[in-house]
Amino acid sequence: MRRLFSFVLAFAATLAFSQEDPILEKRVMALAEELRCLVCQNQTLADSHAALAVDLKNRIRELLREGKTEREVLDFMVQRYGDFVLYRPPLRTATALLWAGPFILLALGVSGWIAWLRKRNTPEAEEIS
Amino acid sequence: MNRRAVLAFGLFGATAALLGVGLTLDPRELPSPLIGRSAPAFALPLLQQPDKISSHREMLGTVWILNVWASWCISCREEHAALSALARSGAAPVIGLNYKDERDQALAWLERFGDPYALSLHDRDGRLGMDYGVHGVPETFIIDRKGVIRYKRVGILTQDIVRDRILPLVRELQRA
Repeated sequence: MRRLFSFVLAFAATLAFSQEDPILEKRVMALAEELRCLVCQNQTLADSHAALAVDLKNRIRELLREGKTEREVLDFMVQRYGDFVLYRPPLRTATALLWAGPFILLALGVSGWIAWLRKRNTPEAEEIS
Repeated sequence: MNRRAVLAFGLFGATAALLGVGLTLDPRELPSPLIGRSAPAFALPLLQQPDKISSHREMLGTVWILNVWASWCISCREEHAALSALARSGAAPVIGLNYKDERDQALAWLERFGDPYALSLHDRDGRLGMDYGVHGVPETFIIDRKGVIRYKRVGILTQDIVRDRILPLVRELQRA
């Protein structure tokens, strides 16, 4: 019984600790959603439980406690790990293709489709392949 | 062969070529924003002498190599021979950054495999590793006389990399 009691107490303590500052935790998680886990590259920091991801989340929490803004925390990460750490990379020459690529592909697809439709609607183009 | 088939084959070939190139790239090799920047400041205890603190200032005026390692890092064993040869060559001091490791385990590792480092910094909580943007141990940095990071390698060192990249750059920086 006593053991159960201490369990409950320990559980309550962890709960109390993690809920210590819900606003801060919200800010930490919002930033973690924006950042890439570098060890498991297709996960966000928020999703990852890798050791480095946990360290980085703790560091984010510390930086916010020190009074750093969201912008400053993201800068802190970019200075160390590069633009790659951001899930929404900034528009630069190196990332231009990344941003424009989908639209270029869409334009190519649509123009190809239109060309195909036009060809199909002209009777003389009909052939059996 | 009709035009449509040629087009289909062409598209297939182009896609295959693009994906083929993608396969040869290593997604772990990220461009480091730290190249050309001042190496992060530190004051860390030495692995062998915990009461002695070493600082980045002691390295100013020297071209040096920083190797991030840990006893739990399996690939570190793989690069150990190449790294030891580099250290033995005396081209530049090789400083170890023992990253997120227990002191006794790290010391046992050095005992077992041999200690190539001029000295090892003990980064128990990984704080300095974070400042160096470490994300895949082992990592190796070359830092010039002014304390600027000139080279970064994520992953193991091989004899080829030491011969073709590390040694030429170290010599060039020492001449400068």
